[in-house]
Amino acid sequence: MGFFNEENEEIAKEIVSRYPVARSALIPLLHLAQEQEGWITKPAMEQIAELTDTTSVEVLGTGTFYEMFKFHPVGKYLIKVCTNISCQLLGADELFEHVKTVLDIEEGGTTEDGLFTFEEAECVAACTEAPCFTVNYRYFHRASPELFDEVVVDLKAGESPLSKGCADDQGVMPEHGTLSRVRQQIPQTRSAGIKHPEEIKGPPSWIEEVV
Amino acid sequence: MVESPLQTGYIKHAPGFVENEGPKLITSRFKHTDSFTLDKYLSTGGYEGLRSSLNRLPNQVHDEVREASLLGRGGAGFPAGIKWGFPPEGVWPRYLVVNGDESEIGTYKDRLLMERDPHQLIEGVLIACYALGLSQAFLYVRGEMALAQERIALALDEAYKAGYIGKNILGTKFSVDVVMHWGAGAYIVGEETALIESLEGKRGMPRLKPPYFPAAIGLYGKPTIVNNVETLSNLPWILNNGASAYKGFGSESSPGTRMFAISGHVKRPGVYEVEHGVTTFRELFYDENFCRGIRDDNELKMFIPGGGSAPWFFQEQLDLPLEASAVGAAGSMLGSGAMVVMDETTDAVKACLSVVRFFARESCGKCSPCREGTTWEEKILQRILDGDGRPSDIDLLLDIGDNISPGPYPAAAFSDEGLDAVPFPPSQTTICPLGPSSVAPIVSAIRRFRNEFEALITRRDPIPLSLKVEEVVT
Repeated sequence: MGFFNEENEEIAKEIVSRYPVARSALIPLLHLAQEQEGWITKPAMEQIAELTDTTSVEVLGTGTFYEMFKFHPVGKYLIKVCTNISCQLLGADELFEHVKTVLDIEEGGTTEDGLFTFEEAECVAACTEAPCFTVNYRYFHRASPELFDEVVVDLKAGESPLSKGCADDQGVMPEHGTLSRVRQQIPQTRSAGIKHPEEIKGPPSWIEEVV
Repeated sequence: MVESPLQTGYIKHAPGFVENEGPKLITSRFKHTDSFTLDKYLSTGGYEGLRSSLNRLPNQVHDEVREASLLGRGGAGFPAGIKWGFPPEGVWPRYLVVNGDESEIGTYKDRLLMERDPHQLIEGVLIACYALGLSQAFLYVRGEMALAQERIALALDEAYKAGYIGKNILGTKFSVDVVMHWGAGAYIVGEETALIESLEGKRGMPRLKPPYFPAAIGLYGKPTIVNNVETLSNLPWILNNGASAYKGFGSESSPGTRMFAISGHVKRPGVYEVEHGVTTFRELFYDENFCRGIRDDNELKMFIPGGGSAPWFFQEQLDLPLEASAVGAAGSMLGSGAMVVMDETTDAVKACLSVVRFFARESCGKCSPCREGTTWEEKILQRILDGDGRPSDIDLLLDIGDNISPGPYPAAAFSDEGLDAVPFPPSQTTICPLGPSSVAPIVSAIRRFRNEFEALITRRDPIPLSLKVEEVVT
């Protein structure tokens, strides 16, 4: 029995097929596992190893390098407050303390109801819109403690707070693990054809026809 | 939030972008709410640069880009056209990897380009693939940028369906696959060899150069061109309008425009598309057309001119042009085009710790001077701020810096003290520049604000070596 459900197993195979070498799919598949389960489990790493022609230790080795992968359960909503210099200059420390008080947890902790995990973030590329926090990697700009309170009320009520955040990002707030709400799909009939690098000996055939 | 008159000019759906006076080469579509759709892209001249490229030979397209002197926008500022010429003769396959792992402190531009105009980037990727004779490209988007991933995935799907990517592009023989890849949270992956490691499914640790120059030994050991998002986003305009028109903007050595993000204590922080090489820092921070001055009309204390890795500048450097060689000679770098402005109320030691802590956390751990050094730097700065500083700490910080970057470290001139500028870049005992970057805030802050460090170091008497730990604590 594998870890991925039937639908995700298909998606996983499709992702692997886009790369000339299967191991390149390792990080995207860890994301897919996290999308299914909310965190990375041992059976997930075992199946990813099979799919990417690696060992589960190699999957663990790669996965633990990257801070977005969680190897223990976390809350449904991952709240990250940026405390780097641009945000700090405009009140990130105060926002950070406020979040800690409201959620009543330490940095890195999860609330008892399993709803929120709270972490400090490194610069998230929203420096002119400081201070900034994200919920499941969805941005909230020029954030005040009041804005944070409103977002928490929405999330507790099961409503999407996205309209209060980055004006460009609307719709449903996904649960932790889901990043992009859409997936790239390369139609078989449109693909130029992906080959292992060792199978390619010369320039692409189109060059000769163009030149 | 109440909008003050100083806060005009923003476009709500492109957060932080200010539509001011001046040429807009790569941000021209930001004003449209649906700028990320294929329909809008096509109705505003989209994919014309690709069409124009396909009517020429690949090497003619390459020549046009070389002629435009398009400088890389990721940080190093290397000319893209010259970089493209580096792959060794006869070695195949070759790959293009797009660096969309924007995470340098203060930097905010690639995220906007990916969220607001993904087709412009894709068109740039296709033009590059045509010029270089490639059949596969990877678009590496930073893991935390969920919306950028959505916009790029949607745009790629649209472009595949409409025949702009894939087999027989626009009815020609030109065929290329573009695959979106996404990371999982690691600043160091923005370094090109670490990016390649990550794309191979490994820990994102940089490779030693030489021999691992990506253009020679890159992805899967094959020649690989790594270009930044903003660099590639310029290509459609250049191929549409020609290199000479492009050189009509900016200065001779830095043509075109650049996106600069100015954050911190200015009245109108934002992302501005600015003529490259001609505007000065003073204009950018104080002019009506840009940031409109320092908040509460305070005095400027210091500013970071090109991302967290850049040594700091001060009032004396305000009249320098936004031009790579001038900024480099003055002791810093334009880097990623990120400026952080700090007014007189800012605590220099605290600001220094903030930047250093970032590098300490993001060090990948491969080279010991960086792995150990950045942690030491953070701990020492922290204890100074906690009131546990020692008189020897200032020299110790500089000594650790000297282990990572031996010799004089790049710094701005300080005429009051009779100190000349030390030009960029720093030397390094590490594989990549992350470790040396952590030294920038330390040398900058100590050189200029040594008195602030000294004032915080309360314990004036040296601690005798014979003293036991318990005695030191009491």
